Amino acid sequence: MRASVLYDAPGPRGRRRNLVLTVVFAVVLVVLAYLAFRKFDEKGQFDAALWEPFLRADVWINLILPGLWNTLSAAATAALIAVPFGFVFGIARLSEQAWIRLPAAAVVEFFRAIPLLIMIFFAQYGGSAVFGLTVTSFSAVVFGLVMYNGSVLAEIVRAGISSLPRGQTEAALAIGLRKSQAMRLILLPQAVTVMMPAIVSQLVVLLKDTALGFIVAYEDLLNAGARILPANFRNLIPSVIVMAIIYILINVAVGLVAGWLEKRSRRSRKTTAKPVAPPDSMTVAAAP
Amino acid sequence: MSALLEELPVILGAFWLTVRLTLATAVAALVLGTVLAAMRVSPLAVLRTVAAAYVNALRNTPLTLVIVFCGLGLGLVLDVSFSDSLSTNYLWLSIIGLSLYTAAFVCEAIRSGINTVPIGQAEAARALGLTFLQNLRHIVLPQAFRAVIAPLGSVLIALIKNTTIAAAIGVAEASLTMKSLFEQHQEAVVPIFLGFALGFLVLTLPVGLLFGWLAKRLAVAR
Repeated sequence: MRASVLYDAPGPRGRRRNLVLTVVFAVVLVVLAYLAFRKFDEKGQFDAALWEPFLRADVWINLILPGLWNTLSAAATAALIAVPFGFVFGIARLSEQAWIRLPAAAVVEFFRAIPLLIMIFFAQYGGSAVFGLTVTSFSAVVFGLVMYNGSVLAEIVRAGISSLPRGQTEAALAIGLRKSQAMRLILLPQAVTVMMPAIVSQLVVLLKDTALGFIVAYEDLLNAGARILPANFRNLIPSVIVMAIIYILINVAVGLVAGWLEKRSRRSRKTTAKPVAPPDSMTVAAAP
Repeated sequence: MSALLEELPVILGAFWLTVRLTLATAVAALVLGTVLAAMRVSPLAVLRTVAAAYVNALRNTPLTLVIVFCGLGLGLVLDVSFSDSLSTNYLWLSIIGLSLYTAAFVCEAIRSGINTVPIGQAEAARALGLTFLQNLRHIVLPQAFRAVIAPLGSVLIALIKNTTIAAAIGVAEASLTMKSLFEQHQEAVVPIFLGFALGFLVLTLPVGLLFGWLAKRLAVAR
């Protein structure tokens, strides 16, 4: 439903009323912004000295960019392992052999149901307690990200393959392909098209979740913004705000890629199936 | 295993804090999210813009950053204080952070629900002379809510798991308690982990089943 369906096109009186309300709400927002500004100002948060570090090249090169690099490398490493993990477990869940299907289902459901943070803690402490390994915070973060996002990706892969018309498998088997060939040559190429947007959205989630590394002292972007910079310049609020803007820019960029892929796969002629929604979707599809 | 039984009261206390964090946040986020959704479909461009900017900013920011901002930024730097007890204060600040973040997802869920209501419903309401707010309150939102019960269930499950991130500012909910138990009982890391994982399964699985059942039961017959 378009928003404008909810109200009549305003006439002369309606336009006047909307104008008055617009002014009223604008004033309320400005007052709220001013109160926040006052509070910040009282504590000296607008001191040029707190913001000036962000204009210095050495601060970016020595403190912020290494954090950004660590965030991106943890995200990229986790994504490179999680995507194959998702394909393997997603396809395994569709297997006709119960001894493959059931364990895969158990793994996927277990890791989707428990919080990422307790997996990261477990990797840190369990690795040394059980196997006697020293687990770096990088490996702990990547382990958690792979297990959780890999399991979500497995559900996306399963949904993508299941969304294809059944005739595709039947026709493939009828012309004499083996099941593995049908999967590889017929189903997967079409499924990849329909699940691409959901996979890219999940990668945005993965990128955001790298910030959990902050809790286990991984030196990521948030660590640079909330520990290192404040320790040097006592500017926690400005630096957290700048980090938030960096995260938002990166995620919006990846989100735009997801939107573009979705548009592309909607008009793709490779398959008749529509793009799949991610599992546990937090929205519903609009009425046709 | 013995460590798990020995620490059972501590573990249950931690999960009780997780449940309280979840409930307080769920209520606050539902209210704020509904207001944001109403703003996003309102006739006033200023409200639409502000709500859209809020939702896009919060959805693209890591929750850890939001909670750190609330805990350290509001708490330490700006001296926002709700209680003399330091731990209660951080509890409230983490509830604020979780609510601000979750509200953005609630807003998106409800807005997608508004989109499922057939156009004729709102048109009929306007034909009867209902104003925008009456239209939302009596016609559109009741149907939208029934359409998004399953997605709101997913938001709630995500929230239960997200409460663990309050550990970033030292709120001793389940995950932080698990970490300190790991340190005290190095020999029993695996049983303790499995115990906490079981605790989260016990919290999240019934919520999923309950909301699935509710969604079916309350679905709008069309």
